[in-house]
Amino acid sequence: MDLQAIPILSLLTFLPLLGALLVALMPSKEFGMIKVFAVAWSALVFVLSLPLLAAFEPGTAAMQFTEMQDWIPELGIGYRVGVDGISLLLVMLTTFLTPLVILSAFSAVEKGMKGFMFSLLFLETGMLGTLVATDIFLFYVFWELMLIPMYFLIGIWGGANRIYAAVKFFIYTMVGSLFMLVALLYLYMVHAGQFGGYTTDLLALAKTALPVQAQILMFAAFALAFAIKVPMFPFHTWLPDAHTEAPTAGSVILAGVLLKMGTYGFLRFAIPLFPVAAYYALPYIAGLAVIGIIYGALVAMVQKDVKRLVAYSSVSHLGFCMLGIAAMNVQAIEGSIYQMLNHGISTGALFLLVGVIYERRHTRLISEFGGLSAVMPAFATVFMITTLSSIGLPGLNGFVGEFLILVGSFKSMALPYAKIFTVLASTGILLGAVYMLWMFQRVMFGPVTNEKNKDLKDLNLREFVVLIPLVLLMFFMGLFPNYFLRKMDASVENLVSVYRAKVTAQLAVEWPDEAKPLTLSELLGTSDDAD
Amino acid sequence: MPIVFTPADLMHVLPWIVVVAFAIAVPVLDVFAHAETNRAYAGYLALVGIGAAFALTLWQWGAPPTSAFGGMLRVDAFGLFFNALLLAAAGVTVLLGIGFFHEHGLHRGEFYGLLLMALSGMMLMGMASDLLAFFVALELMSIPIYVLAAFQRHLNQSVEAALKYFLMGAFSTAFLLFGIAFVYGAVGATGYDAVMQFIAAKGVTGSAFLPLGMIFILIGFAFKVAAVPFHMWTPDVYEGAPTVVTGFMATAVKAAAFAAFLRLFITVFYDMKLVGFGWFHILWVLAVATMTLGNLTALMQDNIKRMLAYSSIAHAGYLLVGFLSITRSPDNNGAASLLFYLVAYAAMNLGAFGVVILAGRRDKENLLVSKGWAGFGFRAPALGVAMTIFMLSLAGVPPTAGFMGKFYVFKSAIDQGLVLIAVIGVINSLLSVYYYLRILVFMYMKPAEEGAELAPLRSMPVQVAVVIAVVATLQLGLLPSSFLVAAQTAVRSLF
Repeated sequence: MDLQAIPILSLLTFLPLLGALLVALMPSKEFGMIKVFAVAWSALVFVLSLPLLAAFEPGTAAMQFTEMQDWIPELGIGYRVGVDGISLLLVMLTTFLTPLVILSAFSAVEKGMKGFMFSLLFLETGMLGTLVATDIFLFYVFWELMLIPMYFLIGIWGGANRIYAAVKFFIYTMVGSLFMLVALLYLYMVHAGQFGGYTTDLLALAKTALPVQAQILMFAAFALAFAIKVPMFPFHTWLPDAHTEAPTAGSVILAGVLLKMGTYGFLRFAIPLFPVAAYYALPYIAGLAVIGIIYGALVAMVQKDVKRLVAYSSVSHLGFCMLGIAAMNVQAIEGSIYQMLNHGISTGALFLLVGVIYERRHTRLISEFGGLSAVMPAFATVFMITTLSSIGLPGLNGFVGEFLILVGSFKSMALPYAKIFTVLASTGILLGAVYMLWMFQRVMFGPVTNEKNKDLKDLNLREFVVLIPLVLLMFFMGLFPNYFLRKMDASVENLVSVYRAKVTAQLAVEWPDEAKPLTLSELLGTSDDAD
Repeated sequence: MPIVFTPADLMHVLPWIVVVAFAIAVPVLDVFAHAETNRAYAGYLALVGIGAAFALTLWQWGAPPTSAFGGMLRVDAFGLFFNALLLAAAGVTVLLGIGFFHEHGLHRGEFYGLLLMALSGMMLMGMASDLLAFFVALELMSIPIYVLAAFQRHLNQSVEAALKYFLMGAFSTAFLLFGIAFVYGAVGATGYDAVMQFIAAKGVTGSAFLPLGMIFILIGFAFKVAAVPFHMWTPDVYEGAPTVVTGFMATAVKAAAFAAFLRLFITVFYDMKLVGFGWFHILWVLAVATMTLGNLTALMQDNIKRMLAYSSIAHAGYLLVGFLSITRSPDNNGAASLLFYLVAYAAMNLGAFGVVILAGRRDKENLLVSKGWAGFGFRAPALGVAMTIFMLSLAGVPPTAGFMGKFYVFKSAIDQGLVLIAVIGVINSLLSVYYYLRILVFMYMKPAEEGAELAPLRSMPVQVAVVIAVVATLQLGLLPSSFLVAAQTAVRSLF
C-alpha cells in the first residue's frame, strides 16, 4: 500500500474528532451505545495507525508521510504534518493507549458518559495533532487544544478536590504556553526579517540565525512551557493534584501521553531551534532532572495514597527522560524516547491497576489494603509485572530505557560532571525499587486485615482485555528493543549531529571523539546483531 | 468653503441612507401599530433595513476610495469594513433585542429606531474625514445610546446607568470638542487633508495648539473606548443597561470609536506618534494600565455583566496594543490586526451576551455566576457548549477567534519591536483565563443550587443570534484568511 498517496496523518488526527462529533449526536441516555462506539472507533484509529509503523522508512531522518496545505497564507501559516523517528512511536503510543483507556472507563463513569467519551476522543485528536505538526503555529493550536478536554476530564469526572486540580492544571500549562507564544512570534519575526516573507514552517524556522542573547531568552520561554508539561522539578506541583483528582482514564492519558509532549517539545522544538542556548542550558536541565529523579522518588516513598505515589514516581521517571535529553548523545536520547514509551505503558498500567481497586473499594489508601494477593491473584500478578517493569527489571521494558539513558549520560560530552549526574541519577533507580516494592508489599502481602477486602473480585474479562496488551508490550519492549530503537536511529543521529554542527559554528566548541555509540547488544555482551 | 452636494455623494453613502430611512420608518410605523401587537415585526423590519444596507456595503466593496460631501466623508474600504462590521453587530443585536424585550415585557418599536439611529452615527464615524463630521457622527451615535441605556426605565439601575453614561459622555465629548477647537485654532480648518497639509508644511510643532489639541482628542478617545483611567463609568453602565444594549455598547460602540480614532491617528496625527510627548507614550501607559486593571478587577466579579464589563476594558487594552503598532504604511499589520481583533471581539462578546440573555427570565435575570450558573452546562447542553466556546475565545485559547486576534495583535506588536508590551499582554491573558474558566467551573463542575435551577429561555431569534456568533467565532479562529485579507485591504485603502 502506498501510504504517501493518502493523507494518512490527517486521517489519523481527525478521525477521533469525527468520532467525538458523532458521539455528540448520540442520545445521552444510551450509555451502552456510546461506550461501544467510542471503543470501536478508537480501536479503528489504532488499526489504521499500524500501516504507519510498517511503512515507516527507518533509513532517513527526513519527515515522512508529509502533507502540506496553505492554511492562512497571509501570515505564512500552513497545515504541515509529518512524522520522523522521534514522533512515530509516540504517535503509536497514543493510538494504542486511547482504546484501552476508553475500555477501562466503562464502569468507572457514572454520569455524563457522552461528555466523557467526547472529551477522550477530542483529546486524542489534540495529542496526535501535537505530535505530527511540523508547523509551529499548527503545533501551538493543537498543544492548547489538548488542554480543554483534559481540563473537563479532571474538573467534571475527578475526585473531591477536582476543581482546584483542574484549574491549577489549566493555569500552569497556560503560563508556559503563553510565553512560548511570544518567543514563537519573535522567532517568526526574525525569520521574516532574514529571509523575507513570513512562515511558520518548523524546518524553515530552524535555519534562522539568532544571536546568543536572543536564543537564550527564547529557549527559556520554550523550555518553561515544556518543563511545566514534563513536569520538571520545581514546576511539578500541578501534577500530583491533577493525577490524584483525575479519573483513571484521565490519569492514564495524562501520564501516558500528555507528559511526553513536554519532553517531545524539547527534542522537536526547543533544542533544534535554539541549539546554542540549549548548549548553555543543558547542564542546568540535567541538574533539575537529577533533583527531580531523587526528589520524586523520596516523596513517592512517603505517600499514603497509591495514586499519589504513582504520580510522584512519574516525576522521577520523567527526570530520567530529561537527563537523557540533556546528555545530548544518540544513546541517551534514544533511551529517553524509549523511556517515554515505557513510562506511558508501565505508569499507564499502574494507574489502571489503581483504578481497578479504587472501583472496588473507593479508596486508594495503602493502609486500607493488605494481603490482596490472596484475594485477587490475577490482579496481583499483573501488578507485580507492572511494578517490576516500572523499576527497570532486566527483561522488561523499563530496564532498556533507564540503562540507555544512564550509559549515554555517563559518556556524555555535552554535560560537565556527567559522571556525577549519572551516579546520582542511578540512586533514583534504587529508590524506585524501594518505594514500588514497599508499596506492593503493603498492599499485596501479609494477612488480609481489613474485612472489606475479603470478598474483592479478581480482574474481570474487560479488565484483562485492557491490561494484557500492556503486559505483553512490557515483555516485547524489554526483549526486542531493537525493533523500536532502530526506527529512531536516523532521526536521533541527525538531531545530535545538527545540534553539534550548529553549536560548533556559533561557539567553536570542540566535540571530543565520543566513542561510536554502542548498541545495546554490544553493551550487554550478547551477539544479537540481527539488524 | 461651501460644501457641494452631488448625486454621486448620495450614491456613495447609499447603505447609510438605507439605515437612516429605516431608522425613521420603524418608529413612525410603530405609532400606527396596535398596543397589543407583538413588536417583533418592528425588529424584523429593522433587520430588513440592516440586511439591505449590508448587501449594499458588500456591493460597494472594491470601489476606489473617494471623497464625498466636499471632503467631509471618505468612502473607502476602511469605512466599508467598519460599516459591514457595525451592520452585522447591529443585526445580531436586533435578534437579541427581539427575544430580550419580548421576555422582559418592554417590547417597543422605538428600540429598533434608536438602534438604527445610533448605527447610522457609527457608520459615519468610520468614514468621517473631517473633525466636524467626526463630531457630529459621534453625537449621532451617542445620544440614542444614552436613551437605550435607560430603556428598562422601571429599573433604577437602568436609569442610573443612562444618567452616568450621559454625564460621562458629555464630559468626554467636551474634551473632544475642546481638542477639535485647538486644532482648528492652529490650522484654520477641520478637514483631515487640510490638517495634514499644515503639518507637512510647518511640522507638528508648527503651532503649540496642535499637540495640545491632539492630547485633548486623545482623552476623548480614551473615554469612549473605556481606557483606564477613563473607564470608571463602564462597569456601572454595563451592569445597569439592558443586557442587549450592553452587548451592543461593548462591541459596536467600541468598534466605531476605534474606527474613527484610528483613521484620525494613522493619517492626521501620525507624525505626533513619537515626537516629544507623543501619543505613543501616553497610549503605551494607558494600554498597560487598561489591560492590567481590567483583568485584575474582573477576577473579583461575580455578576456576569460586570465581569464582562471589566473584561471589555481588558480587551480595550489589547486593542490599544494593536493601536500602538500602527505605522503609516499601506502594508501595516498593526492597524489590520486591530481591525481583525474588533471583528473577533464583536463575534465572541455578542455571543456571550446572547447566552446571558437566554440564561435569564423576566424580572429574574440570571446574572450571579455563583448562584445561577451552577450546573447550567447540564441543564442546557447546547448553550453550555456555546458559552464554553465564547469563554475560551475571550481567554484567547485556540482554535477560536480570540486566539487568532491576539496572535495577530501580538505579532504586529513584536514586529514593531514592542516586545515588552506583548509580554505584558500575554501575562494579562493569563490572568483573564482564571475568570473565564470560573464560568466553566460553575457551568460544569458545581452542582446546581436547590431552587435556582432556571431552565433556559427558548427564544428563536436569540438562539439564531447565538448560533451566528458561534459560527463566526470558530470561523475566525479556524479559517480567518478572508477576514485577514479584508482587514489588510481596508488598511491599504487609507493611504
